Amino acid sequence: MLKLLINRLIGGIFVIFAVATFSFFVLRAAPGGPFDDEVSVPEQVQRNIEAQYHLDEPLLQQYGRFLSGLVRLDLGHSMQRPQTVWEIVAQSFPVSVQLGVLALAFATIFGVGLGVLAASRQNSIIDHGAMSFALFGISVPSFVLGPILIGFFSLQLGWLPPARFEGFSSMILPSATLGLIFMGIIARLSRSGLLETLRQDYVRTARAKGLSERTVVWKHAIRLGLLPVVTFLGPAAAALITGSFVVEQIFQIPGLGFYFVASITERDYPVLSGVLVFYSIFLVALNFAVDVAYGFLDPRIRGR
Amino acid sequence: MSQTQESAPRASQHQKPKSLWADAWRRLKKNRMAVSCGLLFFAIAFFCFVGPLIAKLLVGLDGTSQNPALGATAPSWSHWMGTDSLGRDMMVRTMQGGQIAITVGLVATATALIIGVAWGATAAYVGGRTDEIMMRIVDVMYAFPNVVFVIVIMAVLDTQSLVVLFALLGAITWLNMARIVRGQVMSLRNQEFVEAARAIGVSNANILFRHIVPNTAGPIIVYATLSIPTVMLLEAFLSFLGLGVQAPQASWGTLVTEGADMIAVYPWILVGPGLVMGLTIFALNFLGDGLRDALDPQTRKD
Repeated sequence: MLKLLINRLIGGIFVIFAVATFSFFVLRAAPGGPFDDEVSVPEQVQRNIEAQYHLDEPLLQQYGRFLSGLVRLDLGHSMQRPQTVWEIVAQSFPVSVQLGVLALAFATIFGVGLGVLAASRQNSIIDHGAMSFALFGISVPSFVLGPILIGFFSLQLGWLPPARFEGFSSMILPSATLGLIFMGIIARLSRSGLLETLRQDYVRTARAKGLSERTVVWKHAIRLGLLPVVTFLGPAAAALITGSFVVEQIFQIPGLGFYFVASITERDYPVLSGVLVFYSIFLVALNFAVDVAYGFLDPRIRGR
Repeated sequence: MSQTQESAPRASQHQKPKSLWADAWRRLKKNRMAVSCGLLFFAIAFFCFVGPLIAKLLVGLDGTSQNPALGATAPSWSHWMGTDSLGRDMMVRTMQGGQIAITVGLVATATALIIGVAWGATAAYVGGRTDEIMMRIVDVMYAFPNVVFVIVIMAVLDTQSLVVLFALLGAITWLNMARIVRGQVMSLRNQEFVEAARAIGVSNANILFRHIVPNTAGPIIVYATLSIPTVMLLEAFLSFLGLGVQAPQASWGTLVTEGADMIAVYPWILVGPGLVMGLTIFALNFLGDGLRDALDPQTRKD
């Protein structure tokens, strides 16, 4: 177990390094800098600006500066806003996390519920209904679902606010929009995982002991049956990030995705590369946490 | 689905009356829902590729000529899915968007197929250190925030070229394919028919790609079917962010983006393309599930 975790940690650090290097060089190679404005400035001014952002140094030196900054968690300064990249992240990421956690909670509760329901009544009408609904959730993209929900619940019925992210009622629609696809996936994963587990010998033993079906399912089978769901949480976090780009755009939520998308059009290189690096650190940390959680849930892995 | 039958190994058609493919085909046919979803997908593809020609010939709609005087109108007999704010017919625009979506889905999946199969099969067949290094690369790329990556590259290249889009989407979907193929090849490479081929002096490349890879076709077909909708969603997602297909070309992503802005006043601009897109993805997902049940009885859901 420990050896596995150390291996993963080294791999993770390598990923972060690769992402950082990649983002540095690709963004420097990009056509069109942030200071090629329509307004022409005197050459000296141009040079002073470039010197302030160290754009006049040789590329390798800039790269070294970038990497050493990275170690100190200094992601550079935005070229468009009076903030450092780290300040932007610190200010907006908590909002995204809140949205993501709510969406994931929504997805897990309803997804596992649907999956367990379907698995315990396999091939019944309930099973087919639950799985069709899950597949529907996977098939409707968030940028279709979001505006439709706004149109119906906010504009037609006037029940929920159409935008912003203040107060619980304003969080319902964005979380549901972001979470529905994960609900579908989790429902399918927990159904198939549970079905497989219910056929295992130890479950038969539990039944033979005379335990009630509820104890068998919820206490014995579910731990192993939900392992695929736990594995999925890592990739899910990655997908939540990209999903939040769309949802934050639709609902005008000032999260990190919102700034990231804005920095694309503004050609704000430090923000683009900084956020990319930040996302990869975040993902590596999350995948690591998933590995640890896996060890706790499955004694067979812990033993190794 | 006659395609899958045709691609069955030629020899087996005469010698074994009930090949794996015939068996799979029989199982698939029993799955009504999967078959109707397959038909639905082909119907939508037909609708998207042939529809605009018919509309042009019969009623002279082309989806690009604007009619600002008409403006946005609700669905009616002359415009079945309504018109957008520039007076363009939404149904023709949806069909044209579908052409792009389906093409992107197929081409990117084919790209992923070629890279993934070659990569995974080579890694498994050669084995040892090569395998370790090749799969390590896959692991590392797997941990990348892939989509963020594509966004950054699209933004930096500032391109409207569909070819770049195909290549990038293919480049992030081949990883799964490589893993699946590797697993399959690992279990096949020590079987007797491979030994027999080696004994009669078949070259390594030929053993791998003519004898082993065709035997992994089942999972490959299943995964390819399931990755088409994923790629379509990604394309729409990029277009939504303004990075994929650019106006005046229509893709489902750009149409939905337009519609999302006007949901309060002209809801049909979103609902039409959104519905067709959702149906397409739903159909492909269901078809993929059905194919998995049919081709790979071991991992069957029940």
